[in-house]
Amino acid sequence: MSTGKYKWIGTRVDRPDGADKVTGRARFGADFNMPGQLIGRVLRSPHAHAIIKSVDTSAAEKLPGVKAVVTAKDLPEQPNVIVPAGEMQVNLRDITRNILAREKVLFEGHPIAAVAATTDAIAKQAVELIKVEYEVLPHVIDVTEAMKPGAPVLHDHLITEGVKPAPTKASNIAKRMDNTKGDFEAGLKQAEIVVEREYTTQAVHQGYIEPHATLASAAEDGQVQLWSTTQGHFQVRGFVSRLLGIETSQIRVTPSEIGGGFGGKTVVYLEPIAVRLSQKSGKPVKMVMTREEVFRASGPAPGGTVRVKLGAKKDGTIVAAECEIALQAGAFPGSPLGPACWTSFACYDIPNIKVVGFDVVSNRPKVAAYRAPGAPISAWGVESTLDVLALELGMDPIDLRLKNAAKKGTKTSYGPTFDTIGFVETLEAVKKSAHYKTPPKPGYARGVAAGFWFNVGADSSAASHVAEDGTVTVISGNPDIGGSRASLALMAAEELGVDYSKVRPIIADTSSIGFNFVTGGSRVTFATGLAVVNSVRDMIRELKVRAAKTWGVDPDAVIWEDGVAKPAGSNVGEFEPLTLSQLAATAGKTGGPINGHAQLNAQGAGPGFGVHVVDLKVDRDTGCVHIDRYTAAQDVGTAIHPSYVEGQIQGGAVQGIGWALNEEYIYNAKGRLDNAGFLDYRMPVASDLPMIDALVVEVPNPHHPYGVRGVGEVPIVPPLAAVGNAVARSINIRMTDLPLSPPRLSAAIDAATPKMAAE
Amino acid sequence: MAKMHITTTINGEPTEFLCDPQQSMLDVLRDNLGLTGSKEGCGSGDCGACSITLDGRLVCACLMLAPEAEGKKIETVEGIAKGDQLHPLQKKFVEFAALQCGICTPGVLVAAKALLEKNNNPTETEVRFWLAGNLCRCTGYDKIIRAVMDVAADMRGAAR
Amino acid sequence: MNDVRYSAPNSLDEASKAMMAAGGAGRILAGGTDLLVQMRSGMQKPGVIVDIKKIDEMMSIQDLGGGSFRIGAAVSGALIGEHKALKKAWPGVVEAINLIGSKQIQGRASAGGNLCNASPAADSGPALVAAGAMLTIHGPNGRREIPVEKLHSGPGRTTLAPGEILVSFTLPARPKGSSDAYLRLIPRTEMDIAVVGVGVNLTISGGKCTAARVGLGAVAPTVLLVEDAGKALVGSSLDDAALEKAAAACRAACKPINDKRGTIEYRTKIAGVLLKRSAAIAIERAKGN
Ligand code: FES
Ligand code: FES
Repeated sequence: MSTGKYKWIGTRVDRPDGADKVTGRARFGADFNMPGQLIGRVLRSPHAHAIIKSVDTSAAEKLPGVKAVVTAKDLPEQPNVIVPAGEMQVNLRDITRNILAREKVLFEGHPIAAVAATTDAIAKQAVELIKVEYEVLPHVIDVTEAMKPGAPVLHDHLITEGVKPAPTKASNIAKRMDNTKGDFEAGLKQAEIVVEREYTTQAVHQGYIEPHATLASAAEDGQVQLWSTTQGHFQVRGFVSRLLGIETSQIRVTPSEIGGGFGGKTVVYLEPIAVRLSQKSGKPVKMVMTREEVFRASGPAPGGTVRVKLGAKKDGTIVAAECEIALQAGAFPGSPLGPACWTSFACYDIPNIKVVGFDVVSNRPKVAAYRAPGAPISAWGVESTLDVLALELGMDPIDLRLKNAAKKGTKTSYGPTFDTIGFVETLEAVKKSAHYKTPPKPGYARGVAAGFWFNVGADSSAASHVAEDGTVTVISGNPDIGGSRASLALMAAEELGVDYSKVRPIIADTSSIGFNFVTGGSRVTFATGLAVVNSVRDMIRELKVRAAKTWGVDPDAVIWEDGVAKPAGSNVGEFEPLTLSQLAATAGKTGGPINGHAQLNAQGAGPGFGVHVVDLKVDRDTGCVHIDRYTAAQDVGTAIHPSYVEGQIQGGAVQGIGWALNEEYIYNAKGRLDNAGFLDYRMPVASDLPMIDALVVEVPNPHHPYGVRGVGEVPIVPPLAAVGNAVARSINIRMTDLPLSPPRLSAAIDAATPKMAAE
Repeated sequence: MAKMHITTTINGEPTEFLCDPQQSMLDVLRDNLGLTGSKEGCGSGDCGACSITLDGRLVCACLMLAPEAEGKKIETVEGIAKGDQLHPLQKKFVEFAALQCGICTPGVLVAAKALLEKNNNPTETEVRFWLAGNLCRCTGYDKIIRAVMDVAADMRGAAR
Repeated sequence: MNDVRYSAPNSLDEASKAMMAAGGAGRILAGGTDLLVQMRSGMQKPGVIVDIKKIDEMMSIQDLGGGSFRIGAAVSGALIGEHKALKKAWPGVVEAINLIGSKQIQGRASAGGNLCNASPAADSGPALVAAGAMLTIHGPNGRREIPVEKLHSGPGRTTLAPGEILVSFTLPARPKGSSDAYLRLIPRTEMDIAVVGVGVNLTISGGKCTAARVGLGAVAPTVLLVEDAGKALVGSSLDDAALEKAAAACRAACKPINDKRGTIEYRTKIAGVLLKRSAAIAIERAKGN
């Protein structure tokens, strides 16, 4: 853990919003209500793919208690323009169609119309009264199927980008992406051993426990207020403004406490509809998704196919690496293809790399970001294939990774050259860990895998205010999903040299602080943290000015140390240090309130690396997997609040375990989702798991005053392959299709058994 | 439709409310009574975010009809702290960072409290199975389990 | 709006009358853990909800002696799990009922509701079929008794006539050397619906199996009593060959479907695996009795 370098950073203080969250006082998305509010409900498509011939809302409108009905006609058409949305990109023309379908429905659950009524029961009844005439079209769910010639085409205008010459016919392949380093084919010729495998993964949901919820209130003068559970209230404001043609400053979005997002709450679904319903009815409108709606129509992460080929020398040196990835984008283009491609070999220093990716649409909900979007899928392929290589070479899997590990100065396939990174340190930490040094229990096998995430910087604003009594408020604009308030307050307290309890962090609405990019990409502690630190520094500058005024000296002659202003040296004069409260008390006489501000576009987010180790047993009769021990090591830069750093690592690892073992979107022949609920979408429960040992490695990021790197994304990257590798070593079968559910493992074991007996 | 008049006790307070016959207890708590501490994650008994106790028995409020509350005693997360004193579980959850987003926390606390009132010396496995009906997507359960075990140890220490 | 009425009668006659009066629109509310989910999804739109938890007979557990128990159909899983004598006498039945859902669900869900919901995957089914439980049914024309395996006529369908209510189930007296066990396969360790469930109830005397019944769930439209599996065990010393024969009988009895929870091949295989495993537990327990 952090050395004695800091007073506050690295301590496990109580979070500022703790009491509210353990008493039920904290208000989440669905906990906001306004007098006279209406309840909004959405009509959704029962078909995976169909032309909408007509929508008749007249019967719904006539139902007593119904106050407004909206369809796509109530949203202005949008241009074919790509804008950033959280960690992903969206096309405005597509997103308005994702919110309310226009010409066609493209997935089961696609919204078609919405109503607002005085009660939920009336709203539900009204939805049933809307008549839609469909012309049902053939659908396609699977990526590989969707790429085949002759597959049902979702968008007549979709011409594959990134292919020269450009195709003349529309297809479901939205984009091809290439990135290379060196010469893969030439590199492969030097290889003494070549391994190649193909893998698949299924779509998985972020699985936040809190469904999407919003409350909109549009006033007659054009002003709009919104309360929303979101990872980015500025993003919500931006989208509502664009999609409804409302000036941005007319919209004020207040973020509620957010019950998990993991990337899935960086997109808008309900907000524009709720605002439009509120505008039409003149009443506040509240909308909350059901769990089923969350599964059917909010962003899962894509499934896909990955082919990996590695060429190596006998000593384990990898000389050539190739990866081909095809990702489900869902109904509209825009899977996290870039990150999937770029992260694929980022852990390794390989001279010759070739990566090709395809972004493919199919009749599924449009995907959204999910923790390190795209990276777990390519890592599933790459890290599994590395394990094949390790087994064939008879090398320890950590040693093989150490041999090829990226270091400071390694040039990535996607361009940048790494500055100080901690992959080697993380691998070594695992190698030295008690877990790795102890062999697995009898009957258990061990799997190892690594993972990488860039981490994100981007736009942040912050302000710091000194109150009349010398206590401090730190204002920022990123919803706190997992304890970021505590981290921001710790950094402010450290910078200012005051007690943590004297700093109160606040998350402001869109009208009360400057722009902040979404909470996502593991950027808040880094980028918003930097903004907070800078705003405190700005405030300290002002505090020094006030001390200088009090003493009648030059501001340059004042220093700030341990929470007090002091003369810079004895030559300045003999003055008693001035505390924050003393300076606050006299602020009226020295120039008024004392505040600090900062805004920035943060660069230099330090990449993060993780290495996970799992011991598990496969029940050969049933295919059930039992996990006995799990260690997740990660370079976090500096752990500002170690408990929340560990928590991110543990939570991400368990999401990855779920992805590996049981979670998947299951479609029936009609293209309808068969498991749209927590019962059959099987996320890990407490009894499925052991403790998750988080091994925190600290290699400070040189581009942050406290060395912060993002933490939240990396831990979901390694578990898929870590689990798969352990399973492979347990049953001697290389599983290539996720999830490794009991029926699938059992079938693989049975298929291999007669063959093994014959050998 | 005719509303029903129900007389019950919630967190020790005699409470009356009007409800529709088919309304769930969770909807009445949240919408009619303003007790929004109990959360709805699924409405189908699969997440535990709505956990309450009914005459001391742990149940899902989303799977209980509001009229069934007649003459019963209900406890919700809002009733766990006493006055300005947090319950040891509440304190420990904050201290151990056993919550990240906090949406599962009310349900987990109600369930954990029900466990410790029955058994203040549970094994890790017992705690894990008892809380299997409470989904948490953020923490990976590690710190939740540790916090519950630690409070149990404190309770045994205090009882000695 | 469809008007819904809620009533909580104190007697079975009243409850039965209320159900008759409601025509097809009446629904019994016991623990509500299935009914409320179905109401919410729109699968059930009851006109009248009849809460039967005020009826004493449906809410009590009676020890009839000799290992025989009568259990009210609305008694919650949690109460059944806390009944020490019952748990000792019928560990398999109790563990099956206690596997229905989470601790929260256990606080309300009843074996009667689990049976009447008539899912072939219901955990209580195989154990009660193996136990040879008799059901007491109260209706407009008085009472009747049927073996539990005669309750289901298909997925979601029962043989209960209009106005008939399942009141209780009775576990028979058994000789010394008897016990039972229930195992199910689920992908996780909790919170799932059985992919396959197997209940085994047997009696051992002088090293030989003298009686055995096997119930099998989630592999056919209704819970099955696998008579061939029982026959394979009776008369044997419960050796591996007998267990394998019983497992084969279970596999042969399977008429499963492919669905999101499992494939035909998988379910068939697991039926055999679980027969062996639950029989092993029942044998262990019976030896201790
Ligand atoms: S809301 Fe009741 S269990 Fe999920
Ligand atoms: S803390 Fe977010 S779901 Fe548990």
